[in-house]
Amino acid sequence: MRMDTSDESLALAAANGDRAAFAVLMERVYDRLFALAFRLTGSRAEAEDLTQDICAALPAKLRSFRGQAKVTTWLYRVTVNAAQDRRRRQMTHARAAEGWGDWETERRAADDEQAQALDTLQAMMRALPDDLRDTLALVLDDLTHAQVAEVLGVSEGTVSWRISEAKKRLRAMKEVTE
Amino acid sequence: MSDDLDDLKDLMQAATPQADPARKVENLALAQKNFDDLQGSTDDMRQTSVRPPKGLFRGVIHMFANFPLRGALVSSTAIVAVAMIAVFPMTQSERVSNGPLGGLTSLTGGAPEAEPVAQSAPMVEPVIVEEAAEISLDAVEMRARPSPQPVAKAAPRALMPAIAADPVIIAPEIDTETFANADDNPLKVTAEEPVSTFSIDVDTASYAVVRNSLMSGRLPPAEAVRVEEMINYFPYDYAAPDAGKAFRPTVSVTGTPWNGGTQLVHIALQGAQVTDRPPLNLVFLIDTSGSMNQANKLPLLKQSFRLMLGQLRPEDEVSIVTYAGSAGRVLDPTPASERAKILAALDALDAGGSTAGQAGLQQAYATAAEMAEDGQVSRVILATDGDFNVGLSDPEALKDYIADKRDSGTYLSVLGFGRGNLDDATMQALAQNGNGTAAYIDTLSEAQKVLVDQLSGALFPIADDVKIQVEWNPAAVAEYRLIGYETRALKREDFNNDKVDAGDIGAGHQVTAIYEVTPVGSDARLTDPLRYGAAPVGGDPSELGFLRLRHKAPGADESQLIETPILADMGGISADARFGIAIAGFGQILRGSDLMGDWSIQDAEALATETRGADPYGYRQEAIGLMRLANSLSERVE
Repeated sequence: MRMDTSDESLALAAANGDRAAFAVLMERVYDRLFALAFRLTGSRAEAEDLTQDICAALPAKLRSFRGQAKVTTWLYRVTVNAAQDRRRRQMTHARAAEGWGDWETERRAADDEQAQALDTLQAMMRALPDDLRDTLALVLDDLTHAQVAEVLGVSEGTVSWRISEAKKRLRAMKEVTE
Repeated sequence: MSDDLDDLKDLMQAATPQADPARKVENLALAQKNFDDLQGSTDDMRQTSVRPPKGLFRGVIHMFANFPLRGALVSSTAIVAVAMIAVFPMTQSERVSNGPLGGLTSLTGGAPEAEPVAQSAPMVEPVIVEEAAEISLDAVEMRARPSPQPVAKAAPRALMPAIAADPVIIAPEIDTETFANADDNPLKVTAEEPVSTFSIDVDTASYAVVRNSLMSGRLPPAEAVRVEEMINYFPYDYAAPDAGKAFRPTVSVTGTPWNGGTQLVHIALQGAQVTDRPPLNLVFLIDTSGSMNQANKLPLLKQSFRLMLGQLRPEDEVSIVTYAGSAGRVLDPTPASERAKILAALDALDAGGSTAGQAGLQQAYATAAEMAEDGQVSRVILATDGDFNVGLSDPEALKDYIADKRDSGTYLSVLGFGRGNLDDATMQALAQNGNGTAAYIDTLSEAQKVLVDQLSGALFPIADDVKIQVEWNPAAVAEYRLIGYETRALKREDFNNDKVDAGDIGAGHQVTAIYEVTPVGSDARLTDPLRYGAAPVGGDPSELGFLRLRHKAPGADESQLIETPILADMGGISADARFGIAIAGFGQILRGSDLMGDWSIQDAEALATETRGADPYGYRQEAIGLMRLANSLSERVE
């Protein structure tokens, strides 16, 4: 019934205590949040946990949502912050997972070519420093540089610079491996 | 150009899995539950900008005592956090049941030899507790847009629940530093409160923290600045004690650079040097938790201890105990002459796991007891970034435990490494209770200073429980204030009570205390004399006050008293000692004191430059550089 309501209206209604609006919004954004969580962490299990953290915290965070940004932008920002935070916490763990460090991609798609491609992806993402990797993850999620800039709270120029820097490094890597 | 990205995007598309449907249902339910909980308590939530009364909160925490509730709670999230814990068992029951909750022995009851149970507990997947995520998410957001709400820094430590589960939470760095400090010592009116009592403090940690902040381009947080520790960081050319005396006090009086109407009373203590030292038993208690895994922590620690090892004599003994998740002895007591063996053990240290500080301390003390023989000095040297997040069931009990061990003759020193979750407050508490020193090591040259140049001072006590009491003469001094030593104040009656612990002086240590006093009749007086007050008291106005010092010989129970009057014409202060005054002024400006008038960091720099002297190790020159840096940084802020 509310499927044609915009994310923003849903979020504002939810911020004002509309339970049904919150439910619809969460249903709508969950998969995208999960996908981004995966791209930020490089691990399915991590992504599930991260999404759970976010789900748990969102109701409280939503109260500060005043429609100042697009809901997706705002949600992405929450997700990136949560991922960075989680990373920081894990730095201190024994298994200190560098993002994309212990890659656990499902290997069920066992055809060799794809497995190899995934290895390449892993190697690439792993080689990037956190800020470049996060930026890249957002750009690969079809956000424009301007949107990414808003999510990360940096200038658009910085995003563009990071992307070209990431490309440069990836190219350099390719040359080395080829 | 965009080919690179397109390829990558396709790859990424292929790699990204579908969200697990079961988890999705669970997570959405959790979100909805939290949403509902929040709505139900709307009014309460909005009103919690003031922290709930401690007692009440503590009660709530005990209800959930099985969950590690980490310190840095922003007040308004506290209730959210609790609400979330309530949800937790339903959605995460399986993981929670994994939590190794049984593994920690109580501080007071646990036998020191007891193998820490935590050791045998299987390594479980770290339990990420929901409230932690909540807290830290908020912290991240708060950084993004400055919030008017202060982050509760110091208090939550006391709120730690009784049992902490094995792994988990390191909150984001900037929010977890806690510093021990108190408000500036207030101005006292001599007629009302003529007696000032405090314990000496030979720590230097604060200066290094201040330096580290400035070097990384930030003004230090005001609460990180302890003026006395900054002053005591520097070596001075004080008169040495006579043979057979533990230390020698020198008192001088001079004008105040930052206030023409007041005077500074400069009290300097010089400890005796030890030439013939007893053999030493050292237990290195090394924090190898995951948070130590940074270049300025464990690796620096290893280098530092390597430096120190060169200073030890063949008859000294060394043992290494580590703690991280579980405590373990990685080097049995070994004579310092077996350098290769010690170095190998040191090199093998590796950071990982969380911090079982309590079990580690117990094992270190047990090791020290094993090594102790008559006529030897035993000391536990705790090296940590201060993150005592596991097993510290009760900070008070921990202090008692350390105090108890102190009485049995084992000293405790604390070396702090790295910034981020440096828990200065706990470090201070541990060192103060352990009769030891707390130093903060941020560079190898600092390690050189603390562990090589001043090793004997750090390791050989020459006087225990040194207390200073000054009675000011109301006929000569209208007002006075003690600069620094805020965390070291003692009650007046504690001075003569030998049961009350105080700071210790090590071999060659120097301690400086500075009072700013306002002479009777000075324009600079801040308070008006009372119209109906008691008639002015008699007494010789040439005597500003009377200095009493108490100290015990190491290990002795009864204190000895040294007394000397402070005379108005005590004689000038040496240029060398005036450097300390420049530092005192600098420190007070950094603390944001409102009593410094127009005196600026530049004035401090000028005074420091003028009084720098020979400065063989360059410590003073470094301080002048820091003043310059602080000056630029504070100008930028304004």
